[in-house]
Amino acid sequence: MSIDWTAFTPWSALAGGAIIGVAAVLFALFNGRVAGISGIVGGLLRPSFPDWTWRAAFLAGLIVAPIVYRLFAGPPDLTIEAGYPTLVVAGILVGLGTRYGSGCTSGHGVCGVSRLSPRSLVATLAFMAAGFATVFATRHLLI
Amino acid sequence: MYAVFAFVAGLVFGIGLLVSGMVNPAKVLGFLDLTGRWDPSLVLVMVGAIAIGAIGFAIAGRRTTTVLATPMLLPTARTIDRRLVGGGAAFGVGWGLAGFCPGPALVALGAGHLKAIVFIAAMVAGMLAFEWIERMRARSSARLEPAAGGASE
Repeated sequence: MSIDWTAFTPWSALAGGAIIGVAAVLFALFNGRVAGISGIVGGLLRPSFPDWTWRAAFLAGLIVAPIVYRLFAGPPDLTIEAGYPTLVVAGILVGLGTRYGSGCTSGHGVCGVSRLSPRSLVATLAFMAAGFATVFATRHLLI
Repeated sequence: MYAVFAFVAGLVFGIGLLVSGMVNPAKVLGFLDLTGRWDPSLVLVMVGAIAIGAIGFAIAGRRTTTVLATPMLLPTARTIDRRLVGGGAAFGVGWGLAGFCPGPALVALGAGHLKAIVFIAAMVAGMLAFEWIERMRARSSARLEPAAGGASE
């Protein structure tokens, strides 16, 4: 392992993380829910969705965020190396996996770990381990 | 009012993802590439988020109603089973392939990236497949064991 000091952005990472934490806490205190993005999207795909307004409102906030950010900080760095076939396979796996696993990086990784939920700690270890293994395979074994 | 606060939470969450750099799949993959040139930034994103989250959720966890006087609906599930671990692992493989998880992909969609739109469309298809598979399973198990009675969720 060698640390990529040119890519490492400790201060913006900490600050951004703290803002994410503030958002999760706001959502818990005012809406009484865990800010789990896969669960919020998944709830819109059920046969009946009486609670669609707050779900749609939360997702609209996420989608509008880059427009607000751009006003103050310019366009964000965003490099998507994956090709279209990879994106489709990855998207399907993320969709299926987050529904079977009841959460993603936000619900389990941020909120669940903050709440010291054993379930979320296990899920977070599972997706981190699978993520490390996948990148190891695609970058160091298959090329 | 409830939806307005949800919008604000989503907006702040998205700004946090943008400031942290986590909307950039190249940066996320730099973190997941442990044996390459490793970018530890995501560790500090988690540290920042969990430091604030631990305090806030401790406060929220002691309340039975929200500030808006609606019920607290924080999760109570405690079972650790194959679905949780297997689902988590499948999600991790997808995350490692593209560098996208649901939140950052939605923010990138808002930034107008066509690739993010394709990823989100595939993700929604995966979630719909989950709904369909679960409905089929509930139907067949209801037919096999009429006493057990349908889906659990």
